[in-house]
Amino acid sequence: MAATRLSGQPVVSETALSRTWSGTFPAHEFPDQFRDCTPSDGNAMTRPSIDQIWQWLDAVPDPEIPVISLVDLGIIRDVGFEGDTCVVTVTPTYSGCPATAIINLDIETALRAKGLDRIELRRQLSPAWTTDWLSDKGRARLEDYGIAPPQPAGGPQRCPRCGGTHLEKLSQFGSTPCKAQWRCKDCLEPFDYFKCI
Amino acid sequence: MAVSKQQALLEFLLRMGDTSLILGHRMSEWCGHAPILEEDIALANTALDLIGQTQLWLGYAAEVQGEDKTADDLAFLRDAWDFRNLLLAELPNGDFGRTIMRKFLFDAFQSVLLGRLLTSTDTTVREIAEKASKEAAYHLERSADTVVALGDGTEESHDKMQAALDRLWPYVGEMFESDAYDAVLVKAGIAPDPASLRAEFDTLVTKVIRRATLDLPEDAFSHSGGRSGRMHTEHLGHLLTQMQWLQRAYPGNRW
Repeated sequence: MAATRLSGQPVVSETALSRTWSGTFPAHEFPDQFRDCTPSDGNAMTRPSIDQIWQWLDAVPDPEIPVISLVDLGIIRDVGFEGDTCVVTVTPTYSGCPATAIINLDIETALRAKGLDRIELRRQLSPAWTTDWLSDKGRARLEDYGIAPPQPAGGPQRCPRCGGTHLEKLSQFGSTPCKAQWRCKDCLEPFDYFKCI
Repeated sequence: MAVSKQQALLEFLLRMGDTSLILGHRMSEWCGHAPILEEDIALANTALDLIGQTQLWLGYAAEVQGEDKTADDLAFLRDAWDFRNLLLAELPNGDFGRTIMRKFLFDAFQSVLLGRLLTSTDTTVREIAEKASKEAAYHLERSADTVVALGDGTEESHDKMQAALDRLWPYVGEMFESDAYDAVLVKAGIAPDPASLRAEFDTLVTKVIRRATLDLPEDAFSHSGGRSGRMHTEHLGHLLTQMQWLQRAYPGNRW
């Protein structure tokens, strides 16, 4: 997965083992020209409210399921300021999910674009992510997109395409770590199911 | 041998991380070779979870070691004698049935162990266990179901699963060995005595093996030497040549 920085320089991938356990993710150094996205009147920008930052993060799509936001996914656990630094606490969906590195980059890129330049991403493992944290908006959007949302019963409620309820599991795993493969016996179409954990 | 708490913790983290890493690598060898596409995706996904858990265990190991190393250094720059994985993890995959049987035996052990680590006195160990145990439970569900489906399947699949179990069973005993490191870990409340996990493991495994219409081997002989690092099988070195090749040929190279 070759991510590219806005500057066109390759990003060092965080899929390398060493990048993922440091307790905190140091903010990337961005090239100078991107510092221009802070207000140019020479004054430091007014600190945005926490609610405002949550709204900005709610506009950052999940890189693998772009119809839902990172906030919908329930992986943003906390937003706050420590001094001048905006600290965003993120929990991984699955420990090996390759999207984690991209998610961190996307959060930082989005906040920098809004003028924040002191950002720290902090990883939190506990409490472990659960699909209970998916927002109702996120669930509805998943289904519209063709992915059956997670159910406590352990399987999809209905086919996201035709609404049929005669379903069968094809595999416990699917195209990303968070999904399984099912098939609708009414419309005969296979579909993704968001695993319930 | 006087073992400090830090030494014992490091040894424990290497044992956890190395077993996940080596088994994760073995599972990844199936990528593009599984009998059907769904299995290919599933095997790769289980490998991915294991590698993710490896990042957590070895990352913490590097931190405890305090030599300014990273999880990458531990994974790619140690030689066979420094690895502390269970021998079970390094054995070649064999056929699909043996791959699934090995995964089942590991998943059963891992789910019991991680359950006990949820009450570790070490916060980081507890947090990693909390994350990993959800994934392990999901893996166990799949591997147990597949063992039953194949064991209680056709005559051919049954025989292959029995042969796999007979072949792998002598590598189960090593999971429950205790040594001086374990004694320190138990005393500090960091990890349970492996021997104390055996009864729960046996109950779980016996139930699934019966449902799969297979017979548990009676011979209690057990290979050992992996988790202690005393003697790995010849297979580990071959695995490392492939897994570590890039970092050895191009030191420090990054994706």
